[in-house]
Amino acid sequence: MTFIQLLFYAFAAIGVFSGLMVVASKNPVRGALFLVLTFFCMAALWMLLRAEFLALVLVLVYVGAVMTLFLFVVMMLSVNRLNLKEGFVRFLPLAAFVVLLMVGLMIMVVGPDRFGLLQVAAPANLPADFSNIASLGDVLYTQYAYPFEVAAVILLTAIVAAISLTYHKKKGTKRQIVAQQIAVDPKDRLRIVNIPSEPKIKPTRGQ
Amino acid sequence: MLSLSDFLIVAALLFGIGMAGIVINRKNIITLLMSIELMLLAVNTNFVAFSYYLNNITGQIFVFFILTVAAAEAAIGLAIMVVLFRRRGTIEVQQLDTLKG
Repeated sequence: MTFIQLLFYAFAAIGVFSGLMVVASKNPVRGALFLVLTFFCMAALWMLLRAEFLALVLVLVYVGAVMTLFLFVVMMLSVNRLNLKEGFVRFLPLAAFVVLLMVGLMIMVVGPDRFGLLQVAAPANLPADFSNIASLGDVLYTQYAYPFEVAAVILLTAIVAAISLTYHKKKGTKRQIVAQQIAVDPKDRLRIVNIPSEPKIKPTRGQ
Repeated sequence: MLSLSDFLIVAALLFGIGMAGIVINRKNIITLLMSIELMLLAVNTNFVAFSYYLNNITGQIFVFFILTVAAAEAAIGLAIMVVLFRRRGTIEVQQLDTLKG
């Protein structure tokens, strides 16, 4: 067993185990933390597949942003007092059956007879100065420039949607009302008064 | 040497776990969202594996876009959940049956 294989099996085992714990753990906070572990293990597998940029993006964006958001929301909602696993045992046989069937079928399809090394040979080793980011960027900014822009718009939509959904208007807070500000007429605010200038006073002497 | 099927089998296992989470879970909407994330991760792993073994960078581009959309989906899903919790005081899946006729 080579070192790469050892890495693969170790990370795959930890990843699958922590994936199981995500589903099975009673506490959603613990589940979220196990999901973080799964992301880390999968990022390691992506590194083995020479997708360094995406592996780092997975760690930074997913673990750093999305899972933090999850943890924030989980802790904010304080769902610990709810009995969250009531239906767990009831649906377990059905779920186990369905999932085992599906996973069995998938493994039969993707098993070594169809996607083994004989069928799909491993690619030759890349040169030492090969840059994953550069090759990704070459394609992303030329051929996929338009989808890239669309992705940016989708993120903007997500920001607007998330903020406008959760924004809580409290009473009594002083806020800027933009519509009123724009609709204001200078005549309401500013009055120009024409004051006649005073007649010139002669300086008097001796006082 | 690692073969493509090794990676695909790991992804299939993860996908199955995510699906089990969705089928089993009738209570907690947070675990539901996390199961969806697991399934997306499995699909992304498939894309990356095929991208490496077929020597085609397009698979990684696709993963990039999936990550973008998944992040947007998670943000909006969590926002909806917060609003739901504020209105109803619960996030149990069984009690969210208002839309049922």
